[in-house]
Amino acid sequence: MSPTAEAPFGLLAELTHRCPLQCGYCSNPIELVKRDAELSTEDWMRVFDQARALGALQIHMSGGEPLGRRDLPELVEHANSLGTYVNLVTSGVGLTRERLRDLAKRGVDHVQLSLQDATREGNDRIAGIKAFDRKIEAAAHIRDEGLPLTVNTVLHRQNLDNVAGLIAMAEEMGAERLELANTQYYGWALRNRAVLLPTKEQLARADAVVEAAQERLRGKIEIVYVIADYHEAHPKPCMYGWGARQLTVAPNGDVLPCPAATVITSLKIENVQNSSLHDIWYHSESFNAYRGFEWMSDPCRSCPRKEIDFGGCRCQAFQLTGDAANTDPVCSLSPNRQTVDLILDTEMRPAVEPAMAMRKISQ
Amino acid sequence: MTSLEAVPRIRRGVKCTYDQIRGSHVVLFPEGVLVLNETAAMVVERCDGNTTVGDIALRLAEEFDGVEPQDIAELVSRLVARRVVDIDVTDG
Repeated sequence: MSPTAEAPFGLLAELTHRCPLQCGYCSNPIELVKRDAELSTEDWMRVFDQARALGALQIHMSGGEPLGRRDLPELVEHANSLGTYVNLVTSGVGLTRERLRDLAKRGVDHVQLSLQDATREGNDRIAGIKAFDRKIEAAAHIRDEGLPLTVNTVLHRQNLDNVAGLIAMAEEMGAERLELANTQYYGWALRNRAVLLPTKEQLARADAVVEAAQERLRGKIEIVYVIADYHEAHPKPCMYGWGARQLTVAPNGDVLPCPAATVITSLKIENVQNSSLHDIWYHSESFNAYRGFEWMSDPCRSCPRKEIDFGGCRCQAFQLTGDAANTDPVCSLSPNRQTVDLILDTEMRPAVEPAMAMRKISQ
Repeated sequence: MTSLEAVPRIRRGVKCTYDQIRGSHVVLFPEGVLVLNETAAMVVERCDGNTTVGDIALRLAEEFDGVEPQDIAELVSRLVARRVVDIDVTDG
């Protein structure tokens, strides 16, 4: 029997995996979808229609770099016509004043701009291309257009010491929100974990800087801080529960309960070409697999914290323990916590720091 | 607590709409979605940057029994905390 599901609030539309940046912690899967396998304009419009009919009120136009889709203006216009909140998630590369003005006119409500580091040198090294100046320009266009701006930065060992500079950059860019998200280790980030994993000392220093900035900027900039879960005693409330609030559609039409879900190789993934979003959300095996609490075993099943963290992250459980139904191994109550401790011991300060594997689409 | 003289205004980038799927008024903003009950929807609708919290309470009292200005001020405080509305800085 299927557990009961509520209507989703949001659709993460990964329009393309193509991206000018090569960040070694990209949230896209290692196996990137190629251009010729991407959904057509008509397919995406149908997906948006179905998502809205299902109850989604926010459509996050993401990627890869969504500006890489020539039909982005039409897709924005269509999403807007459905009454959804349209969020553009971009690297800023290619976001000229003209393109932004056109997208704003067609209904973009909010822009999330990525920033890799606080300095040109650091940013461009992590991004793998010269992107810093173009991000500064994009931020100015966004501000001039009067659109609300969130700056997004993924934190890791290579930039965590610059968190004060990142906050200053967000202020300068005119951001209303700043998301400082410690790296979550799936796909590319998992591959590069020994380059990315921060030290405890770095985190302690950054925590204090962020806390002081949250206080200083109260009412001006909201700083959202996503914790480094390997270093915590309790797991994150991943996606606020499996198949609970949001769904992701990958560039090829695969429908995922979370953006990283393809790492769970035992999961049978549905595609928009074969079923409706409605059927997938409510009736598919993949969306029902870890919904609610029935799938849990101990220590989660009898734990009062299951209502807070939903057992943590299924992808992490699969990657580190081989079974997605296990307790997230970052939890101090997990019998597999020593796996995480061993990773911390060996990878926070590796004897030889490996080179970052830059993200690229395999030929 | 928000004062009755405060003038709330819907924040830039916040969209208010009716969701026929849920049969509710909703507020859409970067952080997510807020599903409003009837009272909250009427308050949000009046956060126009011109009307004080006290006046919003008075207008609601014309339509409903038992509207307490303090309850409306508390609701506005919650909307400020959720970054749905701003209070104009001129208020005391």
